[in-house]
Amino acid sequence: MTALTKFLGAAATLALSAGAALAEPGLVIDLGGKFDKSFNESAYTGAQRWVEETGGDYMETELQSEAQREQTMRRMAERGANPVVVLGFANTSTLEKVAPDYPDTKFVIIDGVVEQPNVQSIIFSEHQGSYLVGMIAAMASETGTVSFVGGMDVPLIHKFACGYAQGAKAVNPDIEIVQNMTGTTPAAWNDPVKAGELTRAQIGQGSDVVFAAAGGSGVGVLQTAADEDILSIGVDSNQNYMHPGKVLTSMTKRVDNAVYNAFEMGEEIEPGINILGIQDDGVGYAVDEYNEELITDEMKSAVEEAMEGIASGEIEVHDYTSDDSCPVM
Amino acid sequence: MDKMPKWADVLLIPLLNLVLALVVSGLVVVLIGQDPFEAMAIMVRGAVGSTYGWGYTLYYATNFIFTGLAVAVAFHAQLFNIGGEGQAQLGSLGVALVCLFVPWPHWSLALAAAIAGGALFGAAWAAIPAYLQAKRGSHIVITTIMFNFIASALLVYLLISSLKAPGMAPETARFPEATRLPFAQDVFAAIGIDWSRSPLNVSFLVGLAACWLVWLLIWRTRLGYEIRAYGQSEPAARYAGISQVKIVMVTMLISGALAGLMGINAVMGEQQRLLQDNVLGAGFVGIAVSLMGRGHPVGVLLAAILFGALYQGGAELEFETSVPREMIVVIQALVILFTGALDNMVRDPVSRMFLRWGRRKPTPQPAGD
Repeated sequence: MTALTKFLGAAATLALSAGAALAEPGLVIDLGGKFDKSFNESAYTGAQRWVEETGGDYMETELQSEAQREQTMRRMAERGANPVVVLGFANTSTLEKVAPDYPDTKFVIIDGVVEQPNVQSIIFSEHQGSYLVGMIAAMASETGTVSFVGGMDVPLIHKFACGYAQGAKAVNPDIEIVQNMTGTTPAAWNDPVKAGELTRAQIGQGSDVVFAAAGGSGVGVLQTAADEDILSIGVDSNQNYMHPGKVLTSMTKRVDNAVYNAFEMGEEIEPGINILGIQDDGVGYAVDEYNEELITDEMKSAVEEAMEGIASGEIEVHDYTSDDSCPVM
Repeated sequence: MDKMPKWADVLLIPLLNLVLALVVSGLVVVLIGQDPFEAMAIMVRGAVGSTYGWGYTLYYATNFIFTGLAVAVAFHAQLFNIGGEGQAQLGSLGVALVCLFVPWPHWSLALAAAIAGGALFGAAWAAIPAYLQAKRGSHIVITTIMFNFIASALLVYLLISSLKAPGMAPETARFPEATRLPFAQDVFAAIGIDWSRSPLNVSFLVGLAACWLVWLLIWRTRLGYEIRAYGQSEPAARYAGISQVKIVMVTMLISGALAGLMGINAVMGEQQRLLQDNVLGAGFVGIAVSLMGRGHPVGVLLAAILFGALYQGGAELEFETSVPREMIVVIQALVILFTGALDNMVRDPVSRMFLRWGRRKPTPQPAGD
């Protein structure tokens, strides 16, 4: 028994000391996988850019299921990753419990707020970015109906939808906006087939521009839109390249920059809430060689004007999550 | 000798199956350009190389003990309970309701009530397919598997409506602190042993107790005898006056209750709130565990620990190497495939081998004439 005790003790000490030696940043990629062409992939891209530019190394792991969040987070912290970046609001309650156990480790949560002395919470002003693409959608629409396909039915996604609707109404007060959510559970982030069906139904209701804010499910929306010859709008990452000439633009949410900055700051990262909006280049819209023919000069000047207005506070875009309601929908 | 010796049945065949599965997994690892021996070493070290690894291995094993026993009990009556997944989900709901809505003064009382709640809800979920089988002849495999989907949908509905905690994620509020079960590190710290933090908790002991009780039930009680008799030959059992309806109902209720008990480990022990996929496929792994354990509680216990080690080792492999997540699922699936589904592939040649070997040896002649 004593021999066993000693052995187990020694093994535990070894495991602990092995973890403490190096302080690399860590990235926990959320459900849906790192190649979801959207939210997770944006974070992954940011991490890769940091590796290329600094030559540093980081630890990365992909979540396998909802129930393993805690194990994964603790594993990262115990292996000495610092800071540990976790993606997505679904980690909020787990991080609230895990963070106090590792006071010397810094955590960064994207899309969620955790009030702990060693956590930085990064929130994006998605409503502002969505407002811009809403304007572009309304200007591009010929039928006077635009639509929105969300991922999971949560306030965060309504924040996208509400910003989009406000932008569209700002251009054309009579515009019709059709809105659907793919599902009510995290599976909705990775159900391109159902999201594609919803798009088809929206086309049936007259929509000719569809905005997908649905993580991995958005791939199905963009595909259906291209098949049915209408325009689509991508989200989070720049998705213009996926169907050149069919993707009107993408609402970029610079998760990559957030991850890059977190890695760059390392252990020095400040706790608190960090809101990234239009003025911080946290959100925006994408123009590149794949969609420059679709974006007219008129659209561009209108959107640039709106961006200035939002940055200066002249235009106020309502944030759905502030009161769980949308004035225009 | 007309059949295999018992040791070959309970030890040799599972081991051969496991070796085959590992060889094929090794080939898969080679195909994706990784070193299979290193991968194996990481998995073994990750699963049993530290108190941390043991903690997680035994935590997962506890889940599989409950679901494995559930399948094993039903299998003794020739009932193939595929519904462990759904019964475990409903059991988790029962555990969560007990923990959320009753202010418990101490964890031991909460545990006793959670055992009752989990078992009751799990059994209730098994009762409907059992009734349909016993009275209507609807096949239990079909009904239990369909009930998995209903359970999952029901849980999702509750988690996004009445049970949802404030916030965006579909989950309940955290259970009160008083319902927190003692973890292995707390118990070991009390006797002066340093044990890394892991979700291993007292439910493991409940699992061991369940193993013993199932052994007692199946081999030491009248009901167990009736269950086995029914499983061996239904007409003979009926001729002997054993009620078919009673056996099917009682066996499935016990089976469902065992699956439901998984909730005390996963929900009350680790997550301390009800999540949408808290069962993690343990209901299905339970089938492989039960087949590999030959339906005997000791076998189920050993097989559960093996699968626990595979789960934990797989997680470590994903962490340590660039072996993708999907490949780990493939490796786990291969083990299930070889130990569960392809059992006869090994069993037939081995039993033939024993047959031939037994014949060649001179059989002792009976004395006298």
